[in-house]
Amino acid sequence: MTPSRRALLGGGFGLASILIVRPAAATPEGMEAAIRQFAGGSPITRGRVTLDMPVLVENGNSVPLVVSVDSPMTEADHVTTIALFNQRNPLPEIALFQLGPRAGKAWVSTRIRLGDSQTIVAVARMKDGTLWSTSAELIVTLPACIES
Amino acid sequence: MARALINLPATAKRGDIIEIRTLVQHPMETGFRPLPNGSLVPRHIINRFECIYDGATIFAAELHPAIAANPFIAFKTIATRSGELLFRWTEDTGEVREERATITVT
Repeated sequence: MTPSRRALLGGGFGLASILIVRPAAATPEGMEAAIRQFAGGSPITRGRVTLDMPVLVENGNSVPLVVSVDSPMTEADHVTTIALFNQRNPLPEIALFQLGPRAGKAWVSTRIRLGDSQTIVAVARMKDGTLWSTSAELIVTLPACIES
Repeated sequence: MARALINLPATAKRGDIIEIRTLVQHPMETGFRPLPNGSLVPRHIINRFECIYDGATIFAAELHPAIAANPFIAFKTIATRSGELLFRWTEDTGEVREERATITVT
């Protein structure tokens, strides 16, 4: 569909406000598809998940990442899965962590590779099936995967 | 697979939340890295990590090439019983590496 100039101008303000309210809409298709597949059609709410990463990354080959989820981690209410996605690496998936009530605290730390400055998204699935997410934007000065 | 390092407290009180840190030596070859002749270095990664403690898998991870070389994974668990923790890393090729650590719970 090719939008007409009038439709574009008329829709300009509406479109801008949608982009501000829903930053997820700005993510490239590959990551969105991967997140949709993980969510399996369930809605994802922003919140409860915390992603702790440096804002400015000097070396994309090893970027520290800490993800935690606000959850009591009891038998009835705990985090079952935390999935990490990226926007601009060759593959949208980073990792998937499976947790349970025996974790005590929904907290995982690892080190990842980043091929470019991009947005990282963390999605957590709770025992009751609800999905929560957060994202972090990073600037990478030396990307991974460029050296031969 | 070569060396693996596991760091966890030697002793803990029952019910305490302890942190377990693991590091394993592995290139985590992405399969996207070009060689000077233009071909790609074949993919060779660890795609699964598990920790088994007190009769259950308390933590598992599916890893993709975006995990840095020498995968470092740290997580938490509740100290339930004295005994052995089993750590298992599985490669794409099916090769498995296992490490054990013990904890005393009072």
